[in-house]
Order: sequence, then C-alpha cells, then structure tokens
Amino acid sequence: MTDAAGATPRRAIPYDEDVVRLFVVATVFWGVAAFAVGLLIALQLAFPVLNLEYSFTTFGRLRPLHTSAAVFAFGGNALFATSLYVVQRTCRAPLFGGRALANFLFWGYQMFIVLAAIGYLVGATQSREYAEPEWYVDLWLTLVWVVYLIVFLGTLLRRREPHIYVANWFFLAFIVTVAVLHIVNNLAVPVSLTGTKSYSLFSGVQDALTQWWYGHNAVGFFLTAGFLGIMYYFIPKRADRPIYSYRLSVVHFWSLIFLYIWAGPHHLHFTALPDWAQTLGMAFSLMLWMPSWGGMINGLMTLSGAWHKLRTDPVLRFMVASVGFYGMSTFEGPVMSIRSVNALSHFTDWTIGHVHSGALGWVAFVSFGAIYHLVPKLWQRDELYSMKLVSVHFWIATVGIVLYVVAMWVSGILQGLMWRSYDELGFLQFSFVETVQAMHPFYVIRATGGALFLIGALIMVYNLWRTIRGDVRGEAPVSAFAAAAE
Amino acid sequence: MKHKRIETNAILLLVLTLATISIGGIVEIVPLYTIESTIERVEGVRPYSPLELAGRNVYVREGCYTCHSQQIRPLRDEVERYGHYSLAAESMYDHPFQWGSKRTGPDLARVGGKYSDEWHVAHLINPREVVPESIMPPYGFMLEREVKATDMAAHLKANIAVGVPYSGEMVEAAAADVAAQADPFGDHDGLLARYPKAAVGDFDGQPEKVTEMDAVIAYMQILGRMVDFTTVTAPALRQ
Repeated sequence: MTDAAGATPRRAIPYDEDVVRLFVVATVFWGVAAFAVGLLIALQLAFPVLNLEYSFTTFGRLRPLHTSAAVFAFGGNALFATSLYVVQRTCRAPLFGGRALANFLFWGYQMFIVLAAIGYLVGATQSREYAEPEWYVDLWLTLVWVVYLIVFLGTLLRRREPHIYVANWFFLAFIVTVAVLHIVNNLAVPVSLTGTKSYSLFSGVQDALTQWWYGHNAVGFFLTAGFLGIMYYFIPKRADRPIYSYRLSVVHFWSLIFLYIWAGPHHLHFTALPDWAQTLGMAFSLMLWMPSWGGMINGLMTLSGAWHKLRTDPVLRFMVASVGFYGMSTFEGPVMSIRSVNALSHFTDWTIGHVHSGALGWVAFVSFGAIYHLVPKLWQRDELYSMKLVSVHFWIATVGIVLYVVAMWVSGILQGLMWRSYDELGFLQFSFVETVQAMHPFYVIRATGGALFLIGALIMVYNLWRTIRGDVRGEAPVSAFAAAAE
Repeated sequence: MKHKRIETNAILLLVLTLATISIGGIVEIVPLYTIESTIERVEGVRPYSPLELAGRNVYVREGCYTCHSQQIRPLRDEVERYGHYSLAAESMYDHPFQWGSKRTGPDLARVGGKYSDEWHVAHLINPREVVPESIMPPYGFMLEREVKATDMAAHLKANIAVGVPYSGEMVEAAAADVAAQADPFGDHDGLLARYPKAAVGDFDGQPEKVTEMDAVIAYMQILGRMVDFTTVTAPALRQ
C-alpha cells in the first residue's frame, strides 16, 4: 500500500468541509454534555439526595441519557466528522450526494440525538442497553444511517485513488455492521402508531442474547472499528510516518471484524443462557485479544523514528495514549470474559471501570487528538491557540481517568468479594446494603475523576474557541521548552 | 497480492465484510430458537396480568434495570441470598427481558412476597426511610399517576403479536382485571383463574384509584413466584 494517508490534497478538489466543521462543533458540544451528565449521575450514586424529587432527574432516566450522549452523540459525531473528512482526502473526491445529503446527514443525526434524549427524560425507553430509544426514533435513525452509507460508499466509488485506504475499511465495516445490529436488535411491535411504547419481538433468553450481540458490538464496531479508522488516518498523519505494517492492517481488519461479533454471550455468563453459547462467547472473547493487540502494535509502531515528537506535540500524545488505553482495555476485556473471573466481576463496578478505560482513555482521547488536529486545518489557522493548554488538558484528563478506573477496580472487586464472603458459622457475612455502604468513598473518588475529565474538556473548548477566532497565545513553542530543559 | 482485489473494489469489500460479520451472530442466535431444551420444561410460568404488565412497563420506563438485575446465577452465595437460580423459562414472556447488567441494588428476580405492600410503598416514596444506607432515588410521584386501565387491552394485543399467549377472554377482561386486582373487596375468581398466584389488594393505600404505585408493586410481588420449585425435577431443568 502506498502512503495514502500522506496523499497530497489538491486544492482543485472541492472537498465538503462545511459538514465536517458542523460535526466537529457537535462533537465538542455533545462531549461536554455527556461528561457533565456523567458527573451528575456519578454524584447521585455518592449523594442520593441529588436525584431530587422529579421523575426526570432520577438516576434510572439519566443513566441512558449519559451513555447515549457519550456513545452516540459525542462518539457518533466524532465518527461522522472524521470519516467524512478522511474519506474525501484519501479518495481525493468530494462527498457523494453533495451539500444536500451532507446537510441532511448532519441535521438528521442531531434530530436523532434530541429525540432520543427527550424520550429518556420522559421515560420512553426500550430498556435495551445502548439501544434505549423507542421505535419511532429507531426508524428515523435507520433512514439517517442509510443516507450515511450512501454518502460514504458513493464517495468510495468515485475515488481517484486506485486503492481504498485502510481507515476506510474500518469506517465502512462500522457503518454496515451498526446498520445490521441496529435493525435486528430493535425489531419491535408498537402498541399504537400514535404512542411511544413498543414490545420487543424477542423475549427472555433469546432477547438477552440478541441484545448483547448488539450491545457488545456497539462497543466492537461503533467504539472500536470506527475509532480504529481514526487511528489509521490521524496517527500516521500527525507523526508523519507511514503505517507500521500493511500486512498487519489486513490481518487486523479481517480477524477483528470476524471475531468481535461472537463475543456477546460473555455478558451473560452463569445466566439462563445455555452453557454452549456462554463457552463460545468466552472462547471468541479470548481470541479477540490477538487482533486487538495487533491493531495496537500497528498504531504504536507507526511512531518508529518519530517517538521524540511525543515530547513536543501534546496532540500526538493524546493519540498515542489512546492506543495505550486501547491495549489496556482490550487486555482487560478478555480477562473479564473468563467465566471464573466474570463470576466475581459481573454486576459490579469493575465492568463500569472497564468501560470507562475504553470510553475515556481510548474513544475520547483519540477523538480529542483528531479534533485538535482538525480544527486548525478546517478553519484555516496556522496552529492551535495554545499547545500548552492541550498539554494541560492531557494531564488533567489522564489523572481523571486513573482516579476513575482505579476507584472502580477497588469498589468492584471489593463488592464482589463482600457478596460472596461467609462468616465462621457459614452464613453470608454481609447484607446487601452493607456492600452498598462500602462503595461510598469510591463513588466520591470516581466523581472527582469525572470532574477532572470534564474540566479538561472545558479547557479544550476554550482552546478551540480561541483557535477558531484566530488567536494565538504568546507562548514559547513547546519545542523550545524541551530544548531548554536538555 | 490477492487483497488488492478487495481493496480496489468497494462493493466487494462491502459484501465480504457483511458475510464476515454475519457468521458469529447466526451461529449463536439461531440455535436458541431451534434447540427445544433452551427453555426448561417447568410449569407455572404465565403471561403477566394487565396490572402486572402495567407495573412492568413502569419498571422499564424508570430504568430500574440500570441498577437491579433479575437473574440469579447458580453460585452458592447468590442462591443463598436470593433463592433458586433463574431459569430461562421464567422470562419466556418477558418482552423485553430485564436480566440487567449491574447490581447497584440487589437482584429482584425473586423479590415477590419477600416484603409487604406497605414496605414497598414506604420504600418507593423514600428509600432511606426504611433502609437508611440506601442510595436509590425516590419514586413518590408514582402515587399520583393513575393507570389507564382502558389502554391495557391494546398492550395485551401487542404482546399477542410478539408471541405471548394471551387469550381473547384475557383481552376482553383487561380493563376489568386491572380494577379487580387493585380492589381488596373485588371479585377475584376470574382474575385468579386467568392469572394464578396474582397478588391482589389495595397496594398503595389509596383505594379510590389505581396508580402506578399499585401496578409496580403488583408486578414486583409476582416476581419469581410463578414456578413452584418444590415440584421441579432435575431432568426438567436440563438445557
């Protein structure tokens, strides 16, 4: 493969950057919203009085608001922004469908987010994790998603490069698979066409596996394959190095998409799901470790010969740290899928910690890196307002993630052990509520970590806003600091 | 190199990707419908009464599943804490399932009959009144919201469409059954013939109206009580 990531954009090609700019702004906006709601519900678990007395302020309604805002509003807009940017550059072709389809895509997707969010607050939910929106919102998203596929695939088909660049394989697999998952998992019969309520087509054990086939692959394809597309374009671009290994990208791509889809049953260990399905899910989850680390190695080794740039470029630091977190969570995941480990970790905060090391460390960090890289380019600025603020953002957010994840490891393992502990007479040692009480200090630490992460994001907002305004902070370049320190 | 053919042809890439991601799901999900022993052969599991169904919808609406599981695992401590491990048969009429994924609060798969109706009302109004260390949100607003009994026939019909065996008689009696189940002095014979073991009474202490509080408590009081485990044999449980 030639170094397609480094292909020189020709000014003559009328790339549609308006829609990319819109998606970037939406990413930042929804990101802050998602982190803020996350902080609120983290505080609710530490201080239940914050649930207030209203139905729409209770944890049960706000939790899907937080997860959907993080996954679909923040993550989704980041994927739209980057995929539509990358596909044009690497194909040297403007978006298929022109401005009209691009605008529909943007406003249609924002409408999906707002409809879903209003639904959660008023209690219109299917209670399917990460697929909570009711049938009418699902139908709307299906339409938007089909247009997304048409725009993306259409642009691939009109490319002026012989090869399709590897980032686009991942983006395409993400778009197609999410379509399949979304349609199957949301099959339901509405009570009436004028009401919000529907009943799932599936029930009980079949419903559970369908939902976790969806749920795990929302992680596998939305939060992994899509963001790997970001990794495969933006890391080579920022480091100014070609991808470490073409062969590894081919193996990484096909093995990842083949294996991921099997992993869902590890969410249902020791449940009424038949054992054969649990075992299959566990075996494939363990195998998944290989392509995941293959991808991590491919991303990290791309920095061969450019490692020194980490010292002077905090934007690249975000991207590389994200790949590190990716490696960490994709090691932790297979470990947690082992049945005997899962017996301890399942139903506890350990799972929550695992999700956040992936969501904050991998998804959010690689998105921040891509956004910091994109904003000066999209608004025709020479550089960011302040590299120092990027560095501050990086460290505040990293400390936040560490506090969050460590607190959840401790609380999860502690609670799991308390549930199964017996006293010397052979009775269960702790009542359930004693194990809840023991969580309090860790919930406070977790909320502190979340607050730091939110503060970091607000620093980013300020930095990006000043960049877009065209300001440059009068600071010595980071390279000068590094040189002075030597 | 052969991969060149794929990466220079977007349609081929699309088709091969679709094929690759389809295999796992098909192999894992389809047999759950074709292998008969997936659902254990036990008696007693029935569709929810209209009031229980209304309560279940409140349970779903409020996102109770975000903190409470309904799935007891066959582990020593769980069986001692919560009761017999959960069967696939027990949620065969659950559209959608409510197994959950997190226990910020305790499992509720067998909460039915463990607490009185009065305890549930006090607990839902202010959880810390009865469990000082609890971190659960308050749900007092359920006392003011009335259940629309006349809507329940449509809900039963939608359930029939997805495979729940409600009879025509059950659909016809839906509204009356809502009233009967929440009325301690009502005629319960028909209701209990249609929905054995249903808890009846004025759950929320407001006899003049049927509220969401009545419904959600009626639902919780049936959880885990349909199967009589004293009569279940080991072969019936084999999956």
